[in-house]
Amino acid sequence: MVLTRSFQKLNEEKVFKDPVHRYIHVRDRLIWDLIGTPEFQRLRRIRQLGTTFLTFHGAEHSRFGHSLGVYEIARRVIDIFKYRNHWDDSETMIALCAALLHDVGHGPFSHSFEKVFGTNHEEYTQKIILGDTEIHRLLEEQGEGFAEKVADVIGKTYPNRLVVSLISSQIDADRMDYLLRDAYFTGVSYGHFDMERIWRVMRTQDDQIVFKFSGMHAVEDYIMSRYQMYWQVYFHPVTRSAEVILTQILHRAKVLYHEGFRFKYAPYPLIKIFKGEMTLKDYLKLDESVILYFFQAWQEEKDPILSDLCFRFMNRRLFKYVEFTPSLIESKDQLAGAFRDAGIDPDYYLEIDSSSNSPYDLYRPGEEGERQPIQLLMPDGTLHELSQESDVVGSITGKRRTDVKLYYPKDRVFDLPEHSPYRERIQEILGI
Amino acid sequence: MLEDHAKIAALINQTGGISGRKKLQKAVYIFQRLGYPFQQIFHFHFSGPYSEELSIQLEELCDFGFLIEDREDRNEEEETCFYRLSEAGEGFLTHYKNVLPTVRRLTEQVMNQNTWFLEAVAILLYFDYLPRIEAIEKAKALNNESVGENLEHVLAFIDELHMLQSIEMPVSQ
Repeated sequence: MVLTRSFQKLNEEKVFKDPVHRYIHVRDRLIWDLIGTPEFQRLRRIRQLGTTFLTFHGAEHSRFGHSLGVYEIARRVIDIFKYRNHWDDSETMIALCAALLHDVGHGPFSHSFEKVFGTNHEEYTQKIILGDTEIHRLLEEQGEGFAEKVADVIGKTYPNRLVVSLISSQIDADRMDYLLRDAYFTGVSYGHFDMERIWRVMRTQDDQIVFKFSGMHAVEDYIMSRYQMYWQVYFHPVTRSAEVILTQILHRAKVLYHEGFRFKYAPYPLIKIFKGEMTLKDYLKLDESVILYFFQAWQEEKDPILSDLCFRFMNRRLFKYVEFTPSLIESKDQLAGAFRDAGIDPDYYLEIDSSSNSPYDLYRPGEEGERQPIQLLMPDGTLHELSQESDVVGSITGKRRTDVKLYYPKDRVFDLPEHSPYRERIQEILGI
Repeated sequence: MLEDHAKIAALINQTGGISGRKKLQKAVYIFQRLGYPFQQIFHFHFSGPYSEELSIQLEELCDFGFLIEDREDRNEEEETCFYRLSEAGEGFLTHYKNVLPTVRRLTEQVMNQNTWFLEAVAILLYFDYLPRIEAIEKAKALNNESVGENLEHVLAFIDELHMLQSIEMPVSQ
């Protein structure tokens, strides 16, 4: 590959002050230029944790900071690998660009947005890297095919598995950064682990990253942090309630648009997506500021469902929940009927949310070769899967890890006349 | 409510049971690409397209008691799981009519293949946005073991699936 202008080092190192890594160091012009693109700057307006700020008020941090953090971790790990002669330096810039850009395709409140509109942020990441964007132009200046290599690393279809593992594996730069960053901003006491110790015990073997057995406790700590963060933060029932309402708002707005409803505040930036005609350019115009503007404004719409759901989201009047049990399936038609009789539309006010709905996952020791487990490098040179050696990890990896809840507006149910038959039916079925 | 779960249960019901999570993963991916209404998001993993969402939904179906998971020894070192519908699962499915299209030949054709073959099919379908030669090169670079050994059969099988798709699922064309 030809060394072009952008592979040059900056005349002077640039740093970003960061609460997790103290400083993020940028020495390459390409990285600096990528950070300056409009597509990357857009990430400042997309929260890392979506609706979690309604549960943990500190969780207002953006995907911009996280992306810089992943880049910084990748940079430091690569330095360690280079020092041990475990790294092909021609892969460095590809890996650093992939680390920096791995989340660039996230949209506003991605998870809900994707469910309603069928978009996929990973596909948009690919489109931003390969399409008509400033990012693509900068990457292609490095030589033909450079952008494609970066996209392949993020899409996990790059032939060098070590590079892919650095960005995407059971202990990767992405997870290490978000666990520490999310713990910091939510203010929770779990989520912390000794990242530098983990880096010190990282080794490479057959294209994969493994960990020295002597560092097992640091890895255990990481797994426990992930476990705690999953249940206490990422899968918090209140956050999920906000996600449910957000999803229903987007659903309602889409339905109303197709029914020809005359919005007081017409959702111009969303019309293309309602019609299924959204281009990359349209997508890049969306961020959470735009979406929240409409939620605020739509509280004044004449449609009672849309205005109520927006009021709930903006003012944190969230749905309550009951644990979902299989017997609720038997009564689902009855329950929906009682909601309808009570004038509460079950299509918008009754929703099941399950752990399969979470964009986060817990550690599992492999699955028929699908997931690469965490391997410990034993003193005799053999590899042992982590949960086989660690009692702590073994105790949490074999346990039930599903959680399903039924969300509903308790306030609306209790506003119904006390002895009305539908209220009694709803209370009886939900056990409230 | 739980439509995605119902589709998985319906597929397992239609096929009389599925042996192995990997086979289910690859089959669902192939069916999705053929126009079946599976909504799970797949990413490329070590052995091709894989959906974390699907994996958890399968566990949830087991937790609900709608599926029965029987463990079978594949060989001395490995075991695999056989999934079949329970009585409660049959009851669950009565609440979800027509969640999957009835395309018997297409479904049978896929489910009659072994896991390794389906893995190769799924990998090649994952790259079918590329010209075929490039897709083959890419697939081989990532998983030469399953793709390389079966290449001709896999390509012929994909063509056959598309032909059956055009007969049985004309709307999705």
